[in-house]
Parts: sequence; C-alpha cells; structure tokens
Amino acid sequence: MAAESGSPLARGRAEGRKRDRALRIALPLIVLALVLAIWELAVRIGNIPPYVLPDPALILRTLVNDWSVLFQSLLVTLLTTFEGFLLAAVGGVGLAVLFNQSRLVEYSLYPYAVILQVTPIVAVAPLLLIYLPQPLAVLACAWIVAFFPVLANTTLGLRSVDRNLTDLFSLYGASRWQILWNLKLPSALPYILGGLRIAGGLSLIGAVVAEIAAGSAGSGSGLAYRISESGYRLNIPRMFAALLLLSVAGIVIFYLLSLINYLALRRWHESALEVER
Amino acid sequence: MPPPTATRSDALLALRGVGKTFANGTLALKGFDFEVHASEFVSLLGPSGCGKSTALRIIAGLSEPSEGSVVWPSPRTPTDGESRIGFVFQEPTLMPWTTVFNNVLLPLKLKGIPSGRAREPVSAALDRVGLNDFGRVYPRELSGGMRMRVSIARALVTEPELLLMDEPFAALDEITRFKLNNDLLAVWQTLRTTVVFVTHSVFESVYLSNRIVVMAARPGRVFTELAIDAPYPRDQNFRTSPEYAAFCRRTSEALAQAMAAGGQP
Repeated sequence: MAAESGSPLARGRAEGRKRDRALRIALPLIVLALVLAIWELAVRIGNIPPYVLPDPALILRTLVNDWSVLFQSLLVTLLTTFEGFLLAAVGGVGLAVLFNQSRLVEYSLYPYAVILQVTPIVAVAPLLLIYLPQPLAVLACAWIVAFFPVLANTTLGLRSVDRNLTDLFSLYGASRWQILWNLKLPSALPYILGGLRIAGGLSLIGAVVAEIAAGSAGSGSGLAYRISESGYRLNIPRMFAALLLLSVAGIVIFYLLSLINYLALRRWHESALEVER
Repeated sequence: MPPPTATRSDALLALRGVGKTFANGTLALKGFDFEVHASEFVSLLGPSGCGKSTALRIIAGLSEPSEGSVVWPSPRTPTDGESRIGFVFQEPTLMPWTTVFNNVLLPLKLKGIPSGRAREPVSAALDRVGLNDFGRVYPRELSGGMRMRVSIARALVTEPELLLMDEPFAALDEITRFKLNNDLLAVWQTLRTTVVFVTHSVFESVYLSNRIVVMAARPGRVFTELAIDAPYPRDQNFRTSPEYAAFCRRTSEALAQAMAAGGQP
C-alpha cells in the first residue's frame, strides 16, 4: 500500500478525484449564477413588473425585509414536519415490527397501509380538516405521507436477515425478543435509515399540502400558508421568498438525514464505506 | 426395519434410520445411520447433494428428521442443551454491525450470561484462534480466513461437547485453508471436543479426521466408513508422507464408488 500511494498512477487518481469533487461543487454553482443572471437581465430589459415576475435581487430583499414573518412561518412548518417525521418513524418502524411478529396483524392491516399511501394526500387533506382541529389535521397529513416508506423499507429489512444468522440464533435458543432486538433490527437498520431519508422529504411535502388546504379554509400560519396568502395578495416576491425557504428546508432535512445515515453505518455497511483502492 | 445396533459405550450421539424429505419432494436422506463417539474427529465426505449438510443440520436440531431419530445416550438437560453444540457455517456468518468481541460474545449473551462474567471466556476463545488483539475490530476489516477464525471462536465460546462444521474452509484459498486445518487440529487436541466435519475435499478429510464417513447421493446415505489411524499431531510432514497419499488414494476410490452408486444428478 505504502509503495502504491507514491506511484504516479495513484497520485494521478487522487488528483482526478479532487478535480472531480471540485467540478461537482463548481458546475451547479455556475449554472445557478447563469440562470440568475439571465433572469435578472430578462426582468430588467423586458421591464417586467414585480407582480408578474420579480427579479432575484428583489426576492432576496423581500426575504430580508419580511424575515420576521417568514421565519415564524418557517418554524411552524418545520415543527409540523419534524413531528410528522417523528410519528412516521415511530409508527412505520413500530407497525413493521408488529407485522413481522404477527402474520395475522400484517394480513389484516397491510392493505389499509397501502390504501393510505396510494390515495392522493391533496384529496384527503380537506376531509381531515373537517374532522380534526387544524394543527392535528396538518400533522396527520405529514404523517400519512411519510410513514409508508418507513413501513415498507423496515418490512423489507426485517425480512432480509441472513438465514445462517437466524439459524445460529435458534441454535442458541434465542427468544423472540432477542431475535428482534439483536438480529432483525440491526440488520434492518440500513433499510430503516433509507426509509427515514425518504420520509424526511415527504413529511415536509405532507405538511405543505395540508397547510395549503387549511389556508384556503381560512387559518394557519405556516410557510405554505404564506405562499397561498401572498398569492391572493399578488405579493409575488414574497411567494418566491417563501418558496426559497421551503427548498432550503428540504435540502437541509435531506442532508441531515444523510449524515445520520452515514454516521450510523460507516463502520460496517457497504453503502456508507469509503472504498480505498 | 432391522433392530437398532447396540450403541457403543462412548457414543455421544447416534442417528438411527434418519430420513429427510423436503416439502418440495426432494429426498435428501434415507436410512441414515451414523454414530459419533466422544472426542473423535469424524468427517462426512460426499458429492454435493448427498445430504451431508442436511445431516449436520439435523444433528444440530436446526432441521427435524422426517423419519428415524437422533439419540443422545447421555441425558441431556434441556435448559443448557443448546450449548452442547457449536456450529460453524460455510460462511463466517458474523454480525457485520458489531465488533469481533461482540460476535464471539453472542452465544453467552443469548444464554443470559451477564457481560461481566462473559468477558473471560470470550477472550479465551479469541486467544485460541489467535485473534486476541482483534476484539474491537469490525468483521469487514478482517480477511476471509480471520473471519472464519472468529466464527470458530464463537462456536467454541460455550465450550461445546460437539462442534459441527459445515464445509467451513471451502471458500478459502489453499494456503489459508492449510493454516486453519493445522490450527483446528491444535484446538481439537487441546479441548478434546468432538468434531463432525462436513467436506467435499478428500485431502482435507484425510488430514483432519480419525474416521471418514463416505456418503452416496440420491438418496443421501452412508456408503462406507474409513478409519484414518495415523497418529496426531499431524503436520506438514504428514501432509507430504506416503502414508497420507495412501489414505487419500483409498478415500478417493471409496468416494468414486459412492458416486457411481449414487443416482445421476
């Protein structure tokens, strides 16, 4: 190995990797700068009024000026997202474990889990808003959208246990609980974390959809509500600013969950290992 | 059915007329009679599909015989019954998510032994396979041969009377396999644990065993038995001796006859 690392081939490869990483960061930034420049130019040259299309600079100014309002709304949406995500994680993993332990429960409930998943949440949200108090309805939406990937992934993970390891556990007379805790859950962990990574983004979507539906029902103060409210008032710059915050929130959630995934798996799972060649 | 033959006084366990038919109709074993004596190293040798792994799983209690019975002449207390057996699979079968130490600890943990009391036997087992410095390492950081050593340490940690090994070294390169063969013999001679070793390698079975049971396929059954009465310790000199070559020739011939007697695959 030591001799390898000094060889021109290895050095060339290391440089290649570094260049590759630089490109992966630089290229999207260049594209962003280009798009923003064209946007800004188009708005100025075409004299497009801000209520049709605001220029990027104005959106940024709106973001700064309206920060207190938008930030409050961001917190509301993030809290709903977080609660929905947490419930989805607990509910998805819990239900998958229950299904894994009892065939009868699985057969009885699984079809309904699928129905919850395939019915478009936009169509369900207004109904939920009728029967539940508004914060609870929003939370329910976030949960419904987010829990299924956790359930499906965990179910798959719990079933993908190494057969020989299962034999080994039964050879030593392991109890159901020991098998679940020491064998099934650890081997399902990569699947569970994969499900959670999807669920994070989806619970944000669920929260936004419910807020939009609730907003038209006349209450709420989340970011999505700000967007529809600004839409009615033709405050287009604020719509864009709120949208920008939502995207950033989504990106942060995704990378945060990816980081957790990496930290949990880096010692042992193929997906998180850095391969040295 | 003939009356069961008298069990030798030092028999650790006996399989009597064991048959196994799988749900899909495959007849894996039929009329399988097999006795294991205390402290012996016995190999089950046969072509693939002769049911040798199935026989091992039945001995371990991982699979139920469709007919016949498994008899343990000395009474077996049900509470610690499982610890009488150690099992080494074809693959190392380690838990990738935890350290070597915790992998070897597993059998004791499952038996509810507090980790304070388990520390010592785990170190001893790791010592025996020469991996004492590797307790904190994760399995994937080890080579194939070292992983198999961990697997053997795990099987030894409960100090089983009977060690069952299902082609444990089949996936290893020859140099590593020879090394592990020697180390396994050293462990066996120290502990005097009874070993049932499944293999399809004539050379490996002759090198390791007191006794080789040659099996024929379709249906899986005992074809013949050979005693390998060369003295232990066996080492590189034995491996290159004319005596070893003669045993291998006889065993190969027996295996060839067994394969001719078995049905077409």
